[in-house]
This record gives sequence, structure tokens and C-alpha cells, in this order.
Amino acid sequence: MGFLFTFFLLPLFNLAQTSTQTPVGGGDTGQYEQTFRFQNYIDAFVENREQFGRSFLYAIIATVLALAIAYPLAYAIAFKGGKLKNFMLVLVVAPFFTSFLLRTIAWKQILGEEGFVVPTLRTFGIISESTTLTSSAFAVVAGMTYNFLPFMTLPLYASIDRIDPRTLEASGDLYANGFTTFRKVTLPLSMPGVVAGTLLTFIPAAGDYVNAAILGSPQTKMLGNVIESRYFKIVDYPTAAALSFTLMAAILILVTVYVRKAGTEELV
Amino acid sequence: MSDIAKSARGDLKLSNLTKSYGDFTAVDDLSLVIPKGSFFALLGPSGCGKTTTLRMIAGLEEPTQGTIALGETDITDTKPYQRPINTVFQNYALFPHLTIFENIAFGLRRRGIKDVDDAVNKALDLVELPHLAQRKPTQLSGGQQQRIALARAIVNRPALLLLDEPLGALDLKLRRQMQIELKWIQKEVGITFVHVTHDQEEAMTMADTIAVMNEGKIEQMGSPADLYDNPETAFVANFLGQSNLIKGTISGNDGANQIVDLFGQKISLQKDRSHGVDNSIYAGIRPEKFRISRLETATSGNVLTGGKVEDVSYIGVSTQYQVLMPWGQELMVFEQNDDGVAPFSVGEPVNISWEPIFTFGLRGDEDAEAGTEVNPDEDLDDE
Repeated sequence: MGFLFTFFLLPLFNLAQTSTQTPVGGGDTGQYEQTFRFQNYIDAFVENREQFGRSFLYAIIATVLALAIAYPLAYAIAFKGGKLKNFMLVLVVAPFFTSFLLRTIAWKQILGEEGFVVPTLRTFGIISESTTLTSSAFAVVAGMTYNFLPFMTLPLYASIDRIDPRTLEASGDLYANGFTTFRKVTLPLSMPGVVAGTLLTFIPAAGDYVNAAILGSPQTKMLGNVIESRYFKIVDYPTAAALSFTLMAAILILVTVYVRKAGTEELV
Repeated sequence: MSDIAKSARGDLKLSNLTKSYGDFTAVDDLSLVIPKGSFFALLGPSGCGKTTTLRMIAGLEEPTQGTIALGETDITDTKPYQRPINTVFQNYALFPHLTIFENIAFGLRRRGIKDVDDAVNKALDLVELPHLAQRKPTQLSGGQQQRIALARAIVNRPALLLLDEPLGALDLKLRRQMQIELKWIQKEVGITFVHVTHDQEEAMTMADTIAVMNEGKIEQMGSPADLYDNPETAFVANFLGQSNLIKGTISGNDGANQIVDLFGQKISLQKDRSHGVDNSIYAGIRPEKFRISRLETATSGNVLTGGKVEDVSYIGVSTQYQVLMPWGQELMVFEQNDDGVAPFSVGEPVNISWEPIFTFGLRGDEDAEAGTEVNPDEDLDDE
């Protein structure tokens, strides 16, 4: 409790204070006084609504992509992994052994002009000679999907692995074909994993700024980038704090709605 | 989806069914007809191939060779969901995310039946659990889950119901009760039941016909009484109940009987109960068929003299004796405690006699211990 108070509630309170401050008249850069100016929130939101929307859009796309990749992966490990199960799980986590930053920079190489992807796609005429993949929304979303994939895979695996394969056999025995079995048995039984995985991916993805900073361009700026530059470059603490709070609230609302909905779907 | 397979009805015919896993043959060239409407048991120790056979019938395993037919329809290559066959799984395999009602309605809904209420409620009534419709499987006891698994299968009115050790997880008392209930339900619905079990008592209580399986093959098939009274192999003699097998040679004929020499003492054996191939034979007698008597008591029928009581166990309804015979073999004798004769004591010299019609003869080159070392309570789900 004490820990939570000292390292979470106190800083949060401090952040809340900062978010309603205004510059000291005639003071230096970075000097602010408490004036309870709630207009800060509106200003911050209106100014940055584009990045706001982008943050959520990218995070949603990355989450959906990660789910699409991780589900078959987790399913295969759980049901077809056999003796190699644990080894495969280690492989899923293995990228964590290198730094998050390094891995993101590596994506810059992979998608860059000298990488393997761009020339190949150009050879097959899938992208034009002038198209580049770096500094694009595609690169940012790809980077996010990749970086958060283990967070999606592990809870999914834990959930799918708990499914008794005999319930799937029972479903087949009771006139359900493969697709119906997936829809009516496998998916509902793995819902806890889907919910946990999407939350663990979506929440950090929505606040992420590393991917956009390294793989993006000014046109792909996310809210995280704005907060970062307000804090460290412009030294506009109130706006940065107000944005942080708004982001937090938005995520909380979205997550609550999502969990409620997913929770009821499970019962259908 | 194959509608032909779905509507198939009639006897189940397994022809030359074989399932191999690499070098290991789980089911070996098995041919069998299970008549429509019968309660059929596949009985055998774990690893004998009975569960593999059942899974092939259900479509959950693909046979390496051979065919499966229902009536005139070959269903060997159809998917499980295309077969008019339902299974009661060993661990029930109820859907944990669905209510009991939806569990039972699952098969009906998959077949596109809209109004399921009537059928589901009837099935719930049949297993006497109508009040549990809105519960989840985890809120039910093992016995209740077992009944729901049965209701979930029966509600579809399949041509064939497969039961994979359905009572294995229940305690003894509940198991007895369910055995009687299953038998009653089978009569009530008239569906062919194929029941896999390692428990000989369970098979004998419920089934009309039992096939005893060992090492992927059927050792013997017949009614419970046939198998018990006239076993054809040492495995069947020992796996179903207990048997005394005494080595001997056929020394002559006497009408419909053979005269068998057991270490110098002659007994008679009906020819149609003798399954030997040459003169070397094992004479088999069930322990409860023996009568034990003091030397001065007159005996009739087949008699073996020179026994000595080695051990006496009083178990209420009967007394079990171990009697050491002159040739060094210990015979088991179960005496009902209903004749007012004082129990025999250890060391007492006795004779053993029995009615000749209870003797059965087995091939002399068989392993007399076959089927005895199997512990029926050992692991249920190895196959």
C-alpha cells in the first residue's frame, strides 16, 4: 500500500497538479504556477486531436494484426507443439533479450532501401520505384505489431493450452465441422486470453512513441511523441501533463467498454 | 456434408480393421458385427486396443486398414461430424463455457434444428436432472456430469452410442447405480450402445454381448454367461473372474466326454467345452464350482484327492480356501457359508469335487497366467 502510494498515487497527484498550471508572468521558460486552469485540457486536446486519433488508430490496427498473427501461433504451440512447447515459448520471448530500441532500429534496416523487403517488392512490381517503406504509417504499425507480439502470444497461449482437446473432439462428435468448432468452442474458451492479450498490446501501443519516433515521419506522430516533445523540448509541462491524463482516461474508458462487451460475449 | 452417412442405420460392421502406430499395432485385423439395438461391451486391459477401436468407430482415429460400415453404408472415410454416432467421453468433455441446457442442445443446433427445448428437456428428464439446466458444468458433481454427457449424446438419437470408460471416474457405489441406469436407458431408447471398459464386472452387468480384447485382437465374444462358464482361452478364463487351471492330458473318450488325466487322477470334460488342439490340455474350474470335503464325506462327480488346506479366509458370504494339491499346485476354492458344515482349518486333509459340466478345457500350450497379472484399476487413459 505504502509502495503504491509513494510511487503511484503521489506522482499521479503531482501530475494532476501540473496539468492545470500556467506560466509565471515574466518568468523563465519552465516556470509554472498553480492557477487551476482546466482550459489546459481543452487546448491540449484541440491542438493535438490529430495525433490523438492516430494513436488510437495505429494501436487498434497493431492490436488486430498482432491478434491475427499470435492466435494461430499460440494455437499451434498449444496443440501441435508436443515436446517442443517450452522451446517454442522461449523463442517467442527470445526477442526480449535484445533491447526494445535496438529491435526497432533493426526494423528501420529491414524496411530500408538496402534491406531485403523493398527491392523484392519492387522486383515483383508490388510497390513502385519511388515508394519507400520507412518513415511511413506502415512502418510504424509494423514495428508496433512486432514489438508487442509476445504480449499477445503469451496470454493467448496460456488460455488455449488450458482447453481440453477432448472438448474439441466432443464438438466434432456432435456434428460441428472444424470452423464451427472453432467459433463455438475454441474461441469462446480462449476469450480470457484474447482479452488479456489485446489489452496488454493495445494499452502500451496507444501510449507508445518509440516506434513512431524511429520508424515514422512528422506525418505519423502519435500522442506519445507529442508528450515527449512537450516535456523535454518545449518544456511545456502543463500541456504534457494534461495530454497524459487525457490519454489515460481515454484508454480507461475504451478498456472498460471492451472488457464489458467481451465479458458478455463469452456467455452467449 | 454427407447426408447418406448421416442417415445410415443398421448393424455396425467392422471388417479387417487395423490401426498401427509405427511398429506398434494397436488394433490387429479386427472383424466384428454389432447388431442394431444391442448393448455391446469391448472389454480388455489397458493397452489392448479397445479405446483405439472405439475412436476409429467415432471417426477420431483413421484406420490404417479395413472398413467400418453402418448397415449398408461405408463410413470409413467420413468425418466424425458426418457420422450418426455420438460418444460419451471418458472425462465427459462437457463444454465448460456453456450451460447444461446448451451443452445438450449443441448437437441439435449444429444440425440446424431450431426448436430444441422439447428434446433437451426430455433428455434432462431421462437422466433425472431437469433442475440443473441453467448451471455450468463445473458446478456439477462427477456423477451429474456423467449423466449430462450421456444426455448430450442421446438427445441426438444417434444410430450408435459409444461409451468410453464412462464410469471410470465415479466411486464404486455411484458406479453400480449408473450401471443399472445405463442398462435401463439403453432399453428405453433402443439405441445400439458400444461400451468400452476394463472392468469385467461392469461389462458383465450391462452388456448383452461382450468381446474380450487382448493385444489388438478379440480373444472371445459372447454373452457374459458364455464367457464366464465356457472360456476358450486362458486370458479370458483369468481376466473374467478367477480360474483354476490344472495341467493334464486327454487319456480317452467316454461318449460326449473326454477323460482327462490330471497328475494321475481322472476327471471328465464335455467335448464341446474342450478347446484344446491336441492331447495336452489345461482343465479349468471356477473356484466357486469346487466343493471341499473331509476325507470321510462321500463325493460325486469329478474328484481330486490328497489336498491339504493351506489358507482360510472368511469373508462373510463365503469362505475362501487355498488347497495345496499333491503335485504342488494351490487351488482356490470359494465355499458359500450356507451348508452348516464347520469351516475347515489350516493343515486339514481334504478332497475336492465338482460337477463335470463345469469343467472347461484350454489348449495345453497356453500361458496359464495370461490375463492374471493385469490390474484392472490401473491407469485408464493410456491408449
